[in-house]
Amino acid sequence: MTLKTIVRGKVSGKVIKSIQPINFLGSIDKKTGEITDQKHDLFGKKIADSILVFPNGIGSSVGAYTIYSLKSNNVAPAAMACQKVDLTVASGCALANIPLFILSPDEYENMKDGDEISLG
Amino acid sequence: MELTKDEEKSLNGEHGEALQIAYRILSATGEATDAEKLVPIDWAHVSGVNYNTIGDAGEEFLATLSKNAKFKVRTTVNPMGYDKDSVEKFGLDENFIQKQESIRESYKKMGVIPSFSCIPYEIYDMPQEGTQVAFAETNAAIYANSIGKLKTNKESAFSALASAITGKSPYSDLRKDDSPTMSIAMKVSDPNELTFGLLGYFAGKVADKSVAISGVKNLDKRCNKSLCASMGTSGSCGKFVLDDNSGASEKVDFDEKEMQKVYDELNTTESGDMVTLGSPQLGLDEMNDLTSMLKGRAFKKRCLIFCPRTIQEQARHLGYASQLESAGCELMSDCCTCLTPLVTKKDVDRVTTNSIKGAYYYKNSSGLDVNLKPLSKIIEDETS
Repeated sequence: MTLKTIVRGKVSGKVIKSIQPINFLGSIDKKTGEITDQKHDLFGKKIADSILVFPNGIGSSVGAYTIYSLKSNNVAPAAMACQKVDLTVASGCALANIPLFILSPDEYENMKDGDEISLG
Repeated sequence: MELTKDEEKSLNGEHGEALQIAYRILSATGEATDAEKLVPIDWAHVSGVNYNTIGDAGEEFLATLSKNAKFKVRTTVNPMGYDKDSVEKFGLDENFIQKQESIRESYKKMGVIPSFSCIPYEIYDMPQEGTQVAFAETNAAIYANSIGKLKTNKESAFSALASAITGKSPYSDLRKDDSPTMSIAMKVSDPNELTFGLLGYFAGKVADKSVAISGVKNLDKRCNKSLCASMGTSGSCGKFVLDDNSGASEKVDFDEKEMQKVYDELNTTESGDMVTLGSPQLGLDEMNDLTSMLKGRAFKKRCLIFCPRTIQEQARHLGYASQLESAGCELMSDCCTCLTPLVTKKDVDRVTTNSIKGAYYYKNSSGLDVNLKPLSKIIEDETS
């Protein structure tokens, strides 16, 4: 059970789990969905159609537009799941209609990179 | 979150699509922050203006939205991609200019005040302490909370836009409780604005919503702005207080070693091909200061200075602008360091700046090398 649903939706997919928080502006290519920040643990990975699991969003307020752009360019994750949801991720997912969930600490801990899961 | 009957109707689309979108956004941000209700706000500051950052999807979204949406409260906007007065000097492509003008037009249609500035707190009168506002630009949100004593969460581009359209924001997080949960002891001696930038970047990483900083008595404007901008870049923290006895339960030190770590993360070269000042844009005090510091000196390489249009006009009136130009500076308005297409790999490989926020985006978005120095050292090294 997820702790809270922020944007509703039923999805299945493969988990891409990030240890580090994500600044959506400046670390993702909005045309390809690839993580471009070399210092990020997801560097080089493509997040399209995944269930993107990460602790929380950080940084620029314009990151919300990146989330919306990923969706418009068909390279958005199928869903996002976080420990803590900030306003950038919440509003970006709300406008782009990407299902968004807050996970319980246990659930977050148990979710592993590469797991096939269903949410919602 | 509890909505009133009228808000519920708007969410269900009974008052049109623009309001429905706005309430959908506020419902999500309200749920995410466990808000109980929406409260009125007096002023929205919206980000998401630069075509470089919002792209085609953003441009199209704003063009569609502006057909029906009108801003309900005073709304100011962040910088866009270029300065209209000097755009032809930079050889930007036609598509960029066309899309940027469309974005500017969309905001105009919705009723924006065309500020194109990331420092609304320096160019407009601040409301009374305790006033609820919705500021998206992170440095402005942190400045508004910490120095202006206003109330805002660290809004996103869309949540501030939704607040501009509805005149409301979820009552949660910093609007409700802004007491610091962590205290950072400043242990670095002889700090300058770069030191406070590095401290802010560190604070953003380790602190959550609100942080106390001990060991610092007061800060000048340049240091305050540097701290606000870097804190907003690295984390989710939206407020700081200078307080030696905050009672925050968690305590950490910011010493030379921690400072060096942050510096090494952001500084990638020992010298730059050009100098940029601004992010945040410079205010009138800083322009005045810089004019005095540059007396009898001139930059040996290109130096771009970013400041709001109104500040440039005042600086011109007061004679600072011509003195700065004689010292080799180029004044740029309506845009800022961060993600401007004016500073890219096409023209330069390495940039010298005193801005931590600028350094972060030069490095991560533009792929440039960065040479970080305080302003005093920039003037010492880069002018003669």
